[in-house]
Amino acid sequence: MKNSYLADITRGIFQENPTFRLVLGMCPTLAVTVLLKNGLGMGLAVVAVLTCSNLVISSLRRFIPEQVRIPCYIVIIATFVTIVEMVLQAFVPTLYAALGVFVPLIVVNCIILGRAEAFAGKQPVLRSLCDGIGSGLGFTLGLLLLSLVREIFGNGTILAETNYAVQLFGLNFEPMRLFAQPAGAFIALGLLLALTNMIFKRLQID
Amino acid sequence: MEKLISILFIYILVDNFVLQRFFGICPFLGVSRKMETAMGMGMAVVFVITISTLVTWLIHYQILVPLELEFLQLVTFILVIAGMVQLVETFLRKASPTLYQGLGIYLPLITTNCAVLAVALLAVRQGFTLLESVIFGIAASLGFWMALVIMSGIRERLELARVPAPLRGTAITLITAGILSLAFMGFRGMLTL
Repeated sequence: MKNSYLADITRGIFQENPTFRLVLGMCPTLAVTVLLKNGLGMGLAVVAVLTCSNLVISSLRRFIPEQVRIPCYIVIIATFVTIVEMVLQAFVPTLYAALGVFVPLIVVNCIILGRAEAFAGKQPVLRSLCDGIGSGLGFTLGLLLLSLVREIFGNGTILAETNYAVQLFGLNFEPMRLFAQPAGAFIALGLLLALTNMIFKRLQID
Repeated sequence: MEKLISILFIYILVDNFVLQRFFGICPFLGVSRKMETAMGMGMAVVFVITISTLVTWLIHYQILVPLELEFLQLVTFILVIAGMVQLVETFLRKASPTLYQGLGIYLPLITTNCAVLAVALLAVRQGFTLLESVIFGIAASLGFWMALVIMSGIRERLELARVPAPLRGTAITLITAGILSLAFMGFRGMLTL
């Protein structure tokens, strides 16, 4: 029994990683990953919403009628997103400002509705909780990798705008501004995806 | 009048919703394989965005603000959008069964197309008037449509190209989108609000 909980968590991180395997939730992935700090903030916000929404949807799965399940899921998700939005606004206003409209847009992140539909709507509460944590962490991992690449090349730093900021290349370094631009986001994610495809193929997971 | 025209051009070309602002990437990657479905999806999105922006603007300023219920904004907006999508789906099933077949599962997915909710939220956040909001919605969705159609044209050719194995599928599509976005950067700074 213990093993299946662990499997629920690791599946979301590796085999069914939302960013690299399922290619879901691309809008925030591309938009907020200019700096590692923003990527991490977005990832954790999604972990919070996904865990709570999976928990509630799974507990209510016997009471939600089949025909109107999608609107029900959306209302539950929207409630948690509103809570997360208020918490961010109150405690980390700079992060909230940096993420902008992408915080309320967590509502329409396909990962959350996807997990509700594919998993939480059918499975017991504890397993759905593990699945929510796993998928959320998998998404966070994707965001961290992409924002690490974009911040190193586009800004020449790691963890800029935090207390742990590291300047990587000295003062004469001219950052590749392209990676901080929208075009660079698409290209960096495309290359990362190709890289993970190669790794998964090598590991014979496909 | 000048502001309306600049909103129109800014959100079609300068600040394209897909290529510069990253709204609606999922359908952009999902339905851009064929020109025909791209056209259908684009039309459906234009329709849904325009009407839902109109309705959500009215709800925000006529109901939520007078009652001081702004914290319910997100819940009401997403429900209105889900209702609109249902309406379009029912209409299309009767009016054009072939288009309905072609759009398949992507039609209900317009609900989770973040461009729709983004337009509704941004219209309120930027303090647009009703007319400006509608023009904003039309411009944003036309921009989405244009990006989708351009992309499907490129991808139809890409089908015949020999792409290295690890890049096949989404990876090459993303890189293509990146180059397209690079081209659209040329419009940057031409117009500002």
